[in-house]
Amino acid sequence: MIIPVKESGLPECPQKRISNKGMKHMRMIYADNAATTPVSATARRVFLETMDAAWGNPSSLHTVGQTAAEVLLKARQDIAKCIGAQREREIYFTSGGSEADNQALLTGAMMGKKKGKTHIISTKFEHHAVLHALKRLEKEGFQVTLLDVGRNGLVTAQQVEDAIREDTCMVSVMFANNEIGTIQPIAEIGEVCRKHKVIFHTDAVQAAGHLPIDVQAMNIDMLSLSGHKFGAPKGVGALYARTGVWLTNLIEGGAQERGRRAGTENVPGIAAMAAALVESCAHMEEVGAKLTAMRDNLLEGLSKIPLTIINGDTKSRLPGNVNICFQGIEGESLLLLLDAKGIQASSGSACTSGSLDPSHVLLSLGLPHEVAHGSLRLSLSNDNTAEDVEYMLREIPQVVAYLRSISPVWEAIEKGEIHYAV
Amino acid sequence: MLYSEKVMDHFTHPRNVGKMDDADGVGEVGNAKCGDIMKIYIKVRDGIIVDVKFNTFGCGSAIATSSMATEMIMGKPIEEALQLSNKAVVEALDGLPAHKIHCSVLAEEAVRAAVKNYYDRNGISYDPELFKENGCAHCHEGGCSCD
Repeated sequence: MIIPVKESGLPECPQKRISNKGMKHMRMIYADNAATTPVSATARRVFLETMDAAWGNPSSLHTVGQTAAEVLLKARQDIAKCIGAQREREIYFTSGGSEADNQALLTGAMMGKKKGKTHIISTKFEHHAVLHALKRLEKEGFQVTLLDVGRNGLVTAQQVEDAIREDTCMVSVMFANNEIGTIQPIAEIGEVCRKHKVIFHTDAVQAAGHLPIDVQAMNIDMLSLSGHKFGAPKGVGALYARTGVWLTNLIEGGAQERGRRAGTENVPGIAAMAAALVESCAHMEEVGAKLTAMRDNLLEGLSKIPLTIINGDTKSRLPGNVNICFQGIEGESLLLLLDAKGIQASSGSACTSGSLDPSHVLLSLGLPHEVAHGSLRLSLSNDNTAEDVEYMLREIPQVVAYLRSISPVWEAIEKGEIHYAV
Repeated sequence: MLYSEKVMDHFTHPRNVGKMDDADGVGEVGNAKCGDIMKIYIKVRDGIIVDVKFNTFGCGSAIATSSMATEMIMGKPIEEALQLSNKAVVEALDGLPAHKIHCSVLAEEAVRAAVKNYYDRNGISYDPELFKENGCAHCHEGGCSCD
């Protein structure tokens, strides 16, 4: 399992490793695009070109610096356009989605505090970048209401409206969930927030480049996105903040990003992110239709496996997201065996989450721990094919059956002697 | 890589996997809520473990440690099986990541539970101190922990 090292000192690409060894018969399927996407050809090209042609510091007044500043401006304009922002100056570049989420939440909290409002509404299944930032705000005296998401993984605008109080300063609801892919009614929630004059933030890390976003029409005040979820390199993201939202700094030290985020900008990364987003948005409809068809085939095929539960609403769902629990088995062993068959996926089991509890997202749906441990997430991209789907539908049931055959609880579950309320 | 080659070998090609209907002793530890259960079956002749099988629900290292533990007690006198430590299992597997050490503890406990069951079934007296639970490998209130 040791990856051979090339002269450059970098490990060889696993994709090549397989074929180099003459194992061409083994299919290599990357179905973990919600974790990260490969860098697209366009993003790679723009990244390299920018490093060559615009390596200057955008804050410098000379020609080299201003060349880089122009690249930044163009990237800002492109991203603003992709999400329907009114002005490019409403886009602030960050190191990624987590930083954007943290800055957004701190900003909403600080703006609220100035008016004596210290109540924040969010949901139980947000990304930890949001949940942990809220935990910190709670320690600093803010009150946080986390909405239930119910069995189908959706919150309603009504739930948000019911939770809004006199002292509510901010609502933060993710655009689409990273594990189960459910798409929240963002436009409706935005309308409610605008009506009650509450700041509305959405973590759109899984949505940007995959779903239509219009921050103005949807009444979104702040929106986080991350480049590596749509073909850009890691380490670059953006925070949209509507004019009138006064960002609180996380990083002090310079006039970059209109004084709201210090540090010399990652110019090649930002240019690559803008190019990748423009490209994703241009092909959103056709790719979405293709992925939806593959997703539905997988959901239908895999749910034929006995004692299997589809997690999250099957309609209001990211085009490429499949999330399923197989009773009687554990997710990490499932992932490792699938990896050995060339299928690279993800799970919300405790063993893969790095903690001792299974994913908070699956638990928020009301799944018992015993069932949540056996989850599998497949997240598809345009690189996946119908043959990939066919292969997965052939291999996954075999691996599930094998793990169940060695599981001491499966027999009792199958006979109905053990019953988990799901 | 998360796991050593040995762990991957025992995980992908587990030894002694399966049920044993005529076992002389059966031990089951862990629980589904925590995400791992190990069940070990032993067959004993003249104080020697002549056959051993296991079933495991759990992660890769849970399956690998079960497999290794069964291999380490196969053909051994029962008293020797009782000496099997989780540390020995970890060493035999060329190490486990820190957060997976509890799997080896489960394997040790499953072996001991099977032996205890064998003693109980056959009316063999033993020092109860031998089988004192160490509190690990079981769920505690508010979640699972084993440090």
